[in-house]
Amino acid sequence: METILNLNQVGKIYQSGSRSLTVLDNINFSIDTGSTLAIVGPSGSGKTTLLGLCAGLDRASSGLVELHGTKLNGLSEDQLAAVRNQYIGFIFQNFQLMPTLTALENVMVPLELRGERNIKPRALDLLDKVGLAERSHHYPTQLSGGEQQRVSLARAFSNKPKILFADEPTGNLDAETSEKVVKLLFDLNKEAGTTLVVVTHDLDLAAKTQRIIRIKGGKIISDAPTGLQVSAL
Amino acid sequence: MNTEGFNFPWLLKMAWRDSRKNRSRLFLFISSIILGIAALVAIYSLGDNLRQNIDDQAATLIGADLALSGNKAVEGKVKDLVDSLGVERSEERSFASMILFPKGGGNRLAQVKALEGNFPYYGELETIPVTAGKTFRNKKEALVDQTLMLQYQAKVGDSIKIGEVTFAIAGILQKAPGQTGLTSTVAPSVYIPMRYLNQTGLMQKGSRIAYRYYIKYAPKTNVESLVKNLEKRFEAADLDYRTVQSQKEDTGRSFKDLTRFLALVGFVALLLGCIGVASAIHIYIKEKINLIAILRCLGVKASQAFLIYLIQIVGIGIIGSVLGAILGTAIQQFLPVVIKDFLPFTLTTDVSWLAIGQGLAIGTLISILFSLPPLLSIRKVSPLNVLRASGESATIERDPVTWLLYALIVLFIFGFSFLQMRTWIEALVFTVSILGAFLVLFAMASLLMWLTRKFFPTSWSYLWRQGLANLYRPNNQTAILIVSIGLGTALICTLLFTQGILLTRVNLSTSGNQPNIVLFDIQSNQKEAVLALAKEQHVPVNQSVSIVNMRLEEVNGRGPSDFKKDTTDEQSARIFGREYRVTFRDSITSSEKITKGKWEGIYKNDGSLIPISLEQGFADRSRVKLGDTMVFNVQGTMMSTVVASLREVNWGEVQTNFLVVFPKGVLEEAPQFHVMLTHVPNPEASAKFQQSIVRQFPNISIIDLALVLRVLDDIFNKIGFVIRFMAGFSILTGIIVLIASVLISKYQRLQESVLLRTLGASRKQIFTITALEYFFLGSLASLTGIILAVAGSWSLAKFSFEAEFKPEIWPVAVVFFFVSLLTVLIGLINSRGILSKPPLEVLRQDV
Repeated sequence: METILNLNQVGKIYQSGSRSLTVLDNINFSIDTGSTLAIVGPSGSGKTTLLGLCAGLDRASSGLVELHGTKLNGLSEDQLAAVRNQYIGFIFQNFQLMPTLTALENVMVPLELRGERNIKPRALDLLDKVGLAERSHHYPTQLSGGEQQRVSLARAFSNKPKILFADEPTGNLDAETSEKVVKLLFDLNKEAGTTLVVVTHDLDLAAKTQRIIRIKGGKIISDAPTGLQVSAL
Repeated sequence: MNTEGFNFPWLLKMAWRDSRKNRSRLFLFISSIILGIAALVAIYSLGDNLRQNIDDQAATLIGADLALSGNKAVEGKVKDLVDSLGVERSEERSFASMILFPKGGGNRLAQVKALEGNFPYYGELETIPVTAGKTFRNKKEALVDQTLMLQYQAKVGDSIKIGEVTFAIAGILQKAPGQTGLTSTVAPSVYIPMRYLNQTGLMQKGSRIAYRYYIKYAPKTNVESLVKNLEKRFEAADLDYRTVQSQKEDTGRSFKDLTRFLALVGFVALLLGCIGVASAIHIYIKEKINLIAILRCLGVKASQAFLIYLIQIVGIGIIGSVLGAILGTAIQQFLPVVIKDFLPFTLTTDVSWLAIGQGLAIGTLISILFSLPPLLSIRKVSPLNVLRASGESATIERDPVTWLLYALIVLFIFGFSFLQMRTWIEALVFTVSILGAFLVLFAMASLLMWLTRKFFPTSWSYLWRQGLANLYRPNNQTAILIVSIGLGTALICTLLFTQGILLTRVNLSTSGNQPNIVLFDIQSNQKEAVLALAKEQHVPVNQSVSIVNMRLEEVNGRGPSDFKKDTTDEQSARIFGREYRVTFRDSITSSEKITKGKWEGIYKNDGSLIPISLEQGFADRSRVKLGDTMVFNVQGTMMSTVVASLREVNWGEVQTNFLVVFPKGVLEEAPQFHVMLTHVPNPEASAKFQQSIVRQFPNISIIDLALVLRVLDDIFNKIGFVIRFMAGFSILTGIIVLIASVLISKYQRLQESVLLRTLGASRKQIFTITALEYFFLGSLASLTGIILAVAGSWSLAKFSFEAEFKPEIWPVAVVFFFVSLLTVLIGLINSRGILSKPPLEVLRQDV
């Protein structure tokens, strides 16, 4: 199986005046293309920081992050932006839709950025898949939390990403809506064959992935297929 | 993939989409520059139209192709020269004289112009009836200025007495070449035919008569080059000359100064607006950080994100400038009404595309320039912001390029003011003053925040504490509001103070027992009779002064031709072309002070150089120093003098003041006339005294200072109106910036007010907190503005007007309360929107 993401001895240290705070220390793992993975851990364990490093949103203080064969460490901000646009999709806890754009426009932006043409039918198709075709011209403020997250799903899949990062995708949703959104996420992912990395402290959601990495205090404390983890719990 | 390039069409699309929900706010930001642009376009259009009109009407300003003027009649070879010029010639002799309206008994000093020939050759003497301008020349008739006709309620056909001759009034003079509404108020003209001039008896020796010769050339003659060849001969004959071209340049220059000054006032309004734009954009971008971070996550480059917002700013900059240009063009239609009295020609107002172009360029450029510092921070927005917890506020790093932009802004202000003023020093003073005012206000705001935090009154009630704490808490508007309100207040107060200084000067001259009537051209043989008449009517004579006319021939042994050869001495060469009115006395007056050398009041007639005293300013301008020698020509007799002392003269006092004063013992026997200053207690006594003088001594001219003061007052009002009109733009801009700043702070305060309401605060409580915050801001800003204005006006009074400065308390107090209240009012009106809606509705709107 081909590797899409590889982290080798990755560390992240924040400098605050003369004091330094180690948030991540000696992180090593790799992810196979098309697989699903959950990163779990308590609040403040460094899981969101880890996601930021994997997705090229932040730079590691040490070690190597390699995404789809590209070493992220040496890239400029603009080169990182290009990598994100080409290979990565995002889903955030607080949806992060652009409030001044309609649902349809939010979905179209990643495609427009790539300079693709005739993208409207594709964006509408995605909105249809998440059940929001009728609401395509609504602004985020006119949508409920669950609806906003579904638009965010459609946007994440619009540029056919190689890898999708989801940061607490159900953190702001109620149980019933969460279930629907999670089902949609995994269905769309399966259909597109995308690699999925979910950061969460919801163990039920984590259990739906193939592999779980547990971190605590900035270190990986376990890394095993889901079946083994669940049985170990 | 297209992320390598800028993908400009997509950037445009994004800028458009993102602006949709913010357009009213974006418009509010840019509305602050609309008035500034409108002011500039109006002034530039005015300047453009003035230039165009002067070009079109230059020939009618002078009325001929060439005008020669001197203070003696041409004779001999010079007469032959003048007679040989052009194809047609006219002569005019003009002098100030009292005129009498026998019907009503009124009399007044007027400019009498005796005319021979068909002048004007271009334009005409506009009269009622229309034919009078031509027919009066052949009869014993006069044309009388309309202000005189109105003042004495005279009608066509009535008579007017000038010297010994009574003329029938042929028509009302409405307009003559080169005459403005103002000149006709100050010195109204009366035209009479030349052949009756001698009969008036006013052509006595010593009378100050201006001789003018108007020459018409055949069409297409190159008058300029002809005149250039004759220049030396004109100079030798002491004749000044004006051509259509030189008249055009002179007139153009004076109005260019006016439009430049007004453009600067407009520029201040624009700068004020720009501060508003910069602060509004700063807040706008702060609110957009999350959106920019999302875009960055989706693969947008930093430069692309920057461009999206730059496009928005350019867009609204252009829209604002277009609106400003339309408004300015509309306003420009009304400006001629305001300034028509100052113009010697008819002002037509056409749309000036050049001015509109300038306005659009400046508006767009300045909105970009002032928005760039906050916009630059976009480049530093990290995509990581999207992962932050929602409660954590995002911060923007300061870009070092920002300092470069600040330098560019200062350079722009300096460059613009230099273009208006054309001197480095003045442009520098203007730039430094503006920056100084900004810095002082900014420092005051910072000091206020620091003091409030440091000495926070913890014992005060909650509402007061909350209102006060709003001044320094995050997202406060203290700095921008204090700068914009303070600057606006400083402008208003400076205008008030300046007007006060000027009016005080004038009023001082008219109060108490200061002279209010000046009699001049009194011949030596009339002096005793006039004094007797004054005594008979109980009119005290405050001062009687003898005046001798003379011309300057040499300075330090060098004549005018020596000075003209030396081009570096241009200023000094001018001192030869004029006639000097000189007095002689043995002491200095109360309005004089010796600044250099020693006053010598008596000449011992020992053959030594005559010790004279020069006015300090005149000596400086003429570059004459203590100890320099000067030779004066007194009616053919050469007088060798030496500069023995320099005097400082207070020209503000009603006195006969002189540039050159001789000692006693030299000029007693020279041809001279006398000036007397008197004080008459009331208008009736004044009219009676003036009438008696005019009847008995028609050659004596009377200046009624009460009348002059009325005219001055009128001029001040008109100039004041123009300045107030322009300053109005700054004040209105200040109010718009205030509204915009307060509205922006509304968005900033939204969450907090809603939270307070959710926690059970009543509308009244939130209103009180808001009112207190804006009262603190408004009062401190206006107070600082007033202090700045006092400092500015004090320096103006001391260094520019050389007058005493006593600011009036009441108008300043009114401005203080008005500005403070207005700030509170606008703050409250803007908060009303939040408070009248349920908290949830407001919360949902502001996602």
